Amino acid sequence: MAEQLDPMLSLRGLTRRFGGLTAVDVIDLDLAKGELISIIGPNGAGKTTLFNLVTGLDRPDAGAVSFEGQDITGLSPERLAAEGIARTFQLGRVFGNLSVMDNVLIGAHTRLRAVKPAVPVIGPLLEMGLALLRPASVRAEEERLREEVKAILARFGERLLPRIDQPAYSLSYANRRRVEIARALALKPRLLLLDEPTAGMNPTETAEMQGLVAELKVEGLTILLIEHKLEMVMRLSDRVIVMDEGRKIAEGPGEAVRNDPKVIEAYLGHGLTTEQESAA
Amino acid sequence: MSSWLDYTINGLIVGNVYALVAVGLALIFGVSRLINFAQGSIYLVGAYIGWVAVVQLHTPLPLTILVVAVAAALVGLIIERFGLRPLQNSVRIAPLLATIGISFVLDQLVMLTFSPNPRALPSQLPDVRFQVGNGTIGPLDLLIAGVGITSALLLFVFLRYSKLGWAVRATAQDRDAAMQMGVDVNRVNQAVFGIAAALGGVSGMLVGMYYNQIDTAMSLQATLKGVVAEVVGGAGNVPGAVIGSLLLGLVESYGVAVFGTSYRNLFAFLLLVVVLVLRPNGLFASARQAPPEPLTGTFIAPSRPVRIPRWALLVAAGGFAILPLFPVSFYVLQTLINAWLLGMLALSLTLVAGTIGQVSLGHAALLAIGAYTSALLSLTLSVPVGLAIIGGGLMSAALGTLLISPSFRLRGHYVSIATLAIGEIVSLVILNWESVTRGPIGISGIPPLSLFGYDLISPTSIYWFSLAVMVVLALLQARLLGSHLGRSFRAIRDDDIAARAYGLSLNRYKSLAFIFGGFAAGVSGGIAAHLYSYINHETFNTQQSILALTVVILGGLGNVVGAIVGSVALVGLPEVFRLAAEYRILIYGIVLLLLVRFRPQGLLGTI
Ligand SMILES: Nc1ncnc2c1ncn2[C@@H]1O[C@H](COP(=O)(O)OP(=O)(O)OP(=O)(O)O)[C@@H](O)[C@H]1O
Ligand SMILES: [Mg+2]
Repeated sequence: MAEQLDPMLSLRGLTRRFGGLTAVDVIDLDLAKGELISIIGPNGAGKTTLFNLVTGLDRPDAGAVSFEGQDITGLSPERLAAEGIARTFQLGRVFGNLSVMDNVLIGAHTRLRAVKPAVPVIGPLLEMGLALLRPASVRAEEERLREEVKAILARFGERLLPRIDQPAYSLSYANRRRVEIARALALKPRLLLLDEPTAGMNPTETAEMQGLVAELKVEGLTILLIEHKLEMVMRLSDRVIVMDEGRKIAEGPGEAVRNDPKVIEAYLGHGLTTEQESAA
Repeated sequence: MSSWLDYTINGLIVGNVYALVAVGLALIFGVSRLINFAQGSIYLVGAYIGWVAVVQLHTPLPLTILVVAVAAALVGLIIERFGLRPLQNSVRIAPLLATIGISFVLDQLVMLTFSPNPRALPSQLPDVRFQVGNGTIGPLDLLIAGVGITSALLLFVFLRYSKLGWAVRATAQDRDAAMQMGVDVNRVNQAVFGIAAALGGVSGMLVGMYYNQIDTAMSLQATLKGVVAEVVGGAGNVPGAVIGSLLLGLVESYGVAVFGTSYRNLFAFLLLVVVLVLRPNGLFASARQAPPEPLTGTFIAPSRPVRIPRWALLVAAGGFAILPLFPVSFYVLQTLINAWLLGMLALSLTLVAGTIGQVSLGHAALLAIGAYTSALLSLTLSVPVGLAIIGGGLMSAALGTLLISPSFRLRGHYVSIATLAIGEIVSLVILNWESVTRGPIGISGIPPLSLFGYDLISPTSIYWFSLAVMVVLALLQARLLGSHLGRSFRAIRDDDIAARAYGLSLNRYKSLAFIFGGFAAGVSGGIAAHLYSYINHETFNTQQSILALTVVILGGLGNVVGAIVGSVALVGLPEVFRLAAEYRILIYGIVLLLLVRFRPQGLLGTI
């Protein structure tokens, strides 16, 4: 295990039970700034549940999460978003009736300043007043964010830009996944959690996505990635963590983990999917 | 009635009746995650079929029970087959709206067939009472207890030992898994609706006999009580529903013993709100459960709103503005004034139900708060009417938001239940808080509309005033929707979990939506108070809430122009066709049902 002095994110003994099932079982993890760690494991291993615990959508039964040295265990997802933690969802959770532009602008919500003065108690009322009056500062901020959204969408080539005003429900599955990632980037995250960003994508689209994640890594973004496509995992990851039945069964550089007998057994025990076979 | 034992017996008997309704609700919720707002209507139908059987056909008691059970079950099957099954693959809001529409249609049909006047429903049992300890118990009490226990046993045997019963349990546990195992979900739904309706119908008949009176107001009360009991016991939990019902019966009965009869319902709804807030999954749910609502899928029908060019809107507004300059009748102006007032309410509801997705069924309470505030400000404090109306709007915004805020954590159907209950609480408080609201007498002599010292008495000036207020509110709302708040509200509606993950606080934005919407509704109520010059606790009722909901669906959820077009259409068309008043609500219910089925995005599209 690579020991960092000041990990950006660290999990200690994180545990979550659903009735008799322990979905996440005493997980420890340290993620350094700028590092990309992949979490792999068979279906139902507890990967998504782990993400939910880190992003505040679920609370652990035991254990602690700390981010940039602060204890963030059990904080609300709203708070964690404001701290700079952004995630995508495995099944895709775009806002179906919002346009691509509005979806991504929601990603920038925590960065609104002019329209959301940090005044206690009457802050929300001021926010409504400013939204109705729209003084120059508010208009300028909105305009700046819209330009930023276009720049983010441009990272996906011509996939999203021509559809910027279309409602998200009308997009293809792959495009909806892209909108999710664009939305996460609009938050200007310090930590990005990607839950199977290439699920349901064909090889070309997967390669594109892999290129994008690689770029983000080069730019210094700290990333936690859940992915079934092993080839992509091997190329991108600094380290790989393998989960099975809630537990961490292996951790280390990609090649070492891949040849670990425990890992092979875990995958064989659950039956390999064709996707994993072709990648392996 | 005197002793505590009497109150206990009464509580248990009434609880038994609630249980018959609540068990049906729980079964339905179990298999289809749907709160059937039409359950009370079936109860009503059961009561009236019982009346026909007893009074006109003179059937003996066992046959009466059988006739009621079979007829009610048939109604249930029809609702399932034609009202709900076609909606299986539609958006989440559709079945909820459909049961509301069905409930209105059934109630109106009963009212049109039997007239709204109460009728006596004799029990056919000897009128004797047996002494038990220091209380008494009558044969009807025993009958109700007997029916309750027998149905519970039959249901238990059915669920535990029959193949269909097994399928029902499997579906309730995991619908997808059950379907993969070859369970015919349609048959399960049928069985469940049939059983629920039979129990509900018999329950209505028994209550009619218990009080020796039936009337059409029973329906809404039964739905509310059944839902309270079911939610207290944990939605979808059948034994929980029985215990919740008995508990509700006892709470009410003891409440009546201490505070008096007019407080009966207040206790029921307070119990509901407390349970919803503290234990939204019911008293018996384990502390941390996955939320019962499905987490994915769209809530409202996706659509591309019809874009109306700005010049067309200007022409329409201008046309309506100069209308009084032409020789139009007083009657036309009066009708349009009603449309503008309803339009303000619809603007409010389309924001709350459409834009941020909180389907409120108690919106008339916001009218009432605005109306009472404005009336009392101008009457007792001599505040000028124009300011008093604004005061009414502000009070509605503040109080409405405060009352609903405990329910901000709830989702989907639970929001509707909570708003329905809060609406009832508001009208009960108005009825009982005599020192301020003058209780059942109501407030009369409310000063007429006036602005800057000039009375607005002529229909033309009232018309202009209400049109202008509505247009200003609509423009403000359109501006709000164009801001970052518009997209934030809609994001919360589409997926509150993703919205939270991106930093949107549900409390903050739901509050803002209710504050903005509450203001518009309060202003509408305020203007109405000065227009009517007399209001009481029944002036603003559930029918208005449902009418507003129909308007909003008709225009397109969240659609500002749609809310106004819908208001003009639903107020105007019945006038054009000179429909008698008693048929109107029936038509509204049918319109709602047809829309949900065939054009869920409304005329102008959801936004
Ligand atoms: N809300 C919940 N209630 C009950 N059980 C749950 C809940 N969420 C997840 N589980 C269970 O926890 C286990 C882990 O699920 P999780 O979704 O974290 O797995 P995963 O590793 O992401 O799998 P996949 O690769 O299929 O996405 C599974 O057995 C799942 O059924
Ligand atoms: Mg997963």
